[in-house]
Amino acid sequence: MFGKLTLEAVPYHEPIIMVTLAVVALLGFGVFAALTYYRKWGYLWSEWLTSVDHKKIGVMYILVALIMLLRGFADAIMMRGQLAMAQGAEQGFLPPEHYDQIFTAHGVIMIIFMAMPFMVGLMNIAVPLQIGARDVAFPFLNSLSFWLFVAGAILVNVSLGVGEFARTGWVAYPPLAELGYSPGVGVDYYIWALQLSGLGTLLTGVNFLVTVFKMRTPGMTLMKMPIFTWACTFTNILIVASFPILTATLGLLTLDRYLDMHFFTNELGGNAMMYINLFWAWGHPEVYILILPAFGIFSEVISTFSGKKLFGYTSMVWASGAITLLGFVVWLHHFFTMGSGANVNAFFGVATMIISVPTGVKLFSWLFTMFRGRVHFTTPVLWTLGFMVTFTIGGMTGVLLAVPGADYVLHNSLFLIAHFHNTIIGGAVFGYLAGFTFWFPKAFGFKLDERLGKGAFWCWFTGFFVAFMPLYVLGFMGMTRRLNHYDNPLWQPYLIVAFCGAALIFCGILFQLAQLIVSFKNREQLRDLTGDPWGGRTLEWSTSSPPPFYNFAQLPTVHTLDAFYDMKEKGTAYQRPENYSPIHMPKNTAAGVVIGLLGAVFGFAMIWHIWWMAGLSFLGMVATFIVRSYNQDVDYYVQPDEIERIEDRHHARFEAHGNALNSHSLAGQV
Amino acid sequence: MSTDVMHSHAGGHDHAHDHDAGGNTVFGFWLYLMTDCVLFASVFATYAVLVNHTAGGPSGKDIFELPYVLGETFLLLISSCTYGFSMIAAHRGAKSQALGWLAATFLLGAGFIGMEINEFHHLIAEGFGPDRSAFLSSFFTLVGMHGLHVTAGLVWMLVLMAQIKTRGLTPQNNTRLMCLSLFWHFLDIVWICVFTIVYLMGVVA
Repeated sequence: MFGKLTLEAVPYHEPIIMVTLAVVALLGFGVFAALTYYRKWGYLWSEWLTSVDHKKIGVMYILVALIMLLRGFADAIMMRGQLAMAQGAEQGFLPPEHYDQIFTAHGVIMIIFMAMPFMVGLMNIAVPLQIGARDVAFPFLNSLSFWLFVAGAILVNVSLGVGEFARTGWVAYPPLAELGYSPGVGVDYYIWALQLSGLGTLLTGVNFLVTVFKMRTPGMTLMKMPIFTWACTFTNILIVASFPILTATLGLLTLDRYLDMHFFTNELGGNAMMYINLFWAWGHPEVYILILPAFGIFSEVISTFSGKKLFGYTSMVWASGAITLLGFVVWLHHFFTMGSGANVNAFFGVATMIISVPTGVKLFSWLFTMFRGRVHFTTPVLWTLGFMVTFTIGGMTGVLLAVPGADYVLHNSLFLIAHFHNTIIGGAVFGYLAGFTFWFPKAFGFKLDERLGKGAFWCWFTGFFVAFMPLYVLGFMGMTRRLNHYDNPLWQPYLIVAFCGAALIFCGILFQLAQLIVSFKNREQLRDLTGDPWGGRTLEWSTSSPPPFYNFAQLPTVHTLDAFYDMKEKGTAYQRPENYSPIHMPKNTAAGVVIGLLGAVFGFAMIWHIWWMAGLSFLGMVATFIVRSYNQDVDYYVQPDEIERIEDRHHARFEAHGNALNSHSLAGQV
Repeated sequence: MSTDVMHSHAGGHDHAHDHDAGGNTVFGFWLYLMTDCVLFASVFATYAVLVNHTAGGPSGKDIFELPYVLGETFLLLISSCTYGFSMIAAHRGAKSQALGWLAATFLLGAGFIGMEINEFHHLIAEGFGPDRSAFLSSFFTLVGMHGLHVTAGLVWMLVLMAQIKTRGLTPQNNTRLMCLSLFWHFLDIVWICVFTIVYLMGVVA
């Protein structure tokens, strides 16, 4: 009846897990009770869960990303804690089978369920606004993408309390990931969580490419698009070209595990290296999927807060394009030690080094943008400067690893771990946090507290270096990754320092939580009444904060790059039309939530071999999609009187704010 | 779209973008097909790597029956023609003709799937199932994945036929007809690659 699922699947004997579950249950109950007490279920359902508004979907993506960041970080600090003590006779507090699940979960969560949704969330919030569109091309598909991603996130979290997670590392290499060596449900959780959320990401890629190519506001040619939109466009190209490879690879592993096939097994002709090639043919583009939007954010931030147009916009676009192409011809550098021979390794080594050229172009563009600018040292700028230092170091250790000879020594050592955290934390995460601070007032209508934001930055920044520089040293000393215990007293001091670094990063996270709470409390003082809190240059700042659900009462006409800056210069910004015309908008739909949650049930049923449940939930998903295809009541027109009411309110607040500013500055002169 | 840009200086022409939903859908569907193409390419690559890993089991030469597969191929190729006739009829607004050709397409596609299932059943019954060797795993997966796509296309075709029957050739249904057409021809092209790379080259080698 319930396949492999029995009550034994709950790990009662693991105190760490049980305490975590108790805390989660308590928090969950608290949220549930609060929603019920304040009668917010209806609001939550109709305004958020069923929403097809790209801004709300973006907010939900980032909310889930932040929750998963907490979980992924809890895994990280447990690993650092374990390694700070588990030397010699001391065994630490994490047994091997638990430690293995933790490092796997940490990697999967941080890449797939923290970084990806954070990036997709920022893209959702900013890109349609930047191109002057009222929504994405396929709003229902956007909601579906989000809920498929949530389905994957649910499975990862369920694995904590029901069964186990994979013990294979986040790459799940066979033959270890095959049934013979991983007979439990851990790898199945991994497969279905990634498969569901990967499908969501793929649909997002298609959706945003159509949005960017078909829905730009009049006058916005491709080379007048904001640089963040360009970066996201290249990311979406990478997504549609690489995520199908992940789908195929996981599918083949699934067939090996479920139908006894032999793609990657040791027996009957299977070839495990095939998996590793396919995995990285997706996996390497994936790291550029993560970093390119971050590059775009840094470009927007540094140009806005230097009060200058971006230096070398065109070369910036071409550099992103070059990285996109080169990102597809370097995958083999993840396994030089496979032994493909000198010529193959040389090709991939050289291709890898060449990527540092367009990246260098970008770095110089940012430097020249600041040069002779009036740089405001706001929190987003601190993240950007921190990135430029950190990422450069990470890039150079990457070039070092790209030398196949050096890689043979450093492969799978802590040097590698230090390198990719150096680029992913110092590049992608710093970028997303910069973007978070930058666009927060746009999404919510008030700015984040600067003092706490700067505290968070300095903790993250110093914490990163304290945590990861020792790992470079340990790599040279021969320490490999995925150890839960070691017998070398020389390593311990470095690992204790690394633990202190993780503790510093924890302080950074506490600062961020405090920042959110304090900013919410002081939201009236931090209110952004103009819609343009930073002196912005692109169209998202031309509408109110938060924007009306239709984004723009009248689609703006664009003549130059940095269109909104141009409008402000010419005095054409904030002009109101004589009258408004009706706006065509999509209606909310529950189909996305229903399909996504049925997807989670389907994944769970497949993991535990509950075939009837898998069959029913799959049929349910297809049926919901068909029912949705019958629904013709999917859109409506917003009438001019409603638009006028909303616009009047915004302009009244705007003008009141402008008068207050004027009298304030006059008083200052006296 | 470029004309919108030209006359937009007059202002107030911001409705143009909302009304091109059909064009957006077809463009989006093209992009989806390209992702599907990458999916097939990954499995084709896997097949190419594993084709000689027969592990003592049969090779393609031992198990493929070309005349039978040629029959399958013709069913699918003809179904692409009939789908084309359905599109022509739909362009003329001839609803019942369009539906008739769709029904013919459905039957041909169902025939193709029936023959494929029969072939698979036959092979498994002889002990040459996908668990026998890496070659057979990749053969069943590649051909089966194409078959699953065709099956999904058949389900889609049934739903669309019902919708055209009740609602007629509305702009929405015409867009869907266009997308399914792209899907169906795409699967035809993939099958030509399967026929060439798996069956023809398998028998020659």
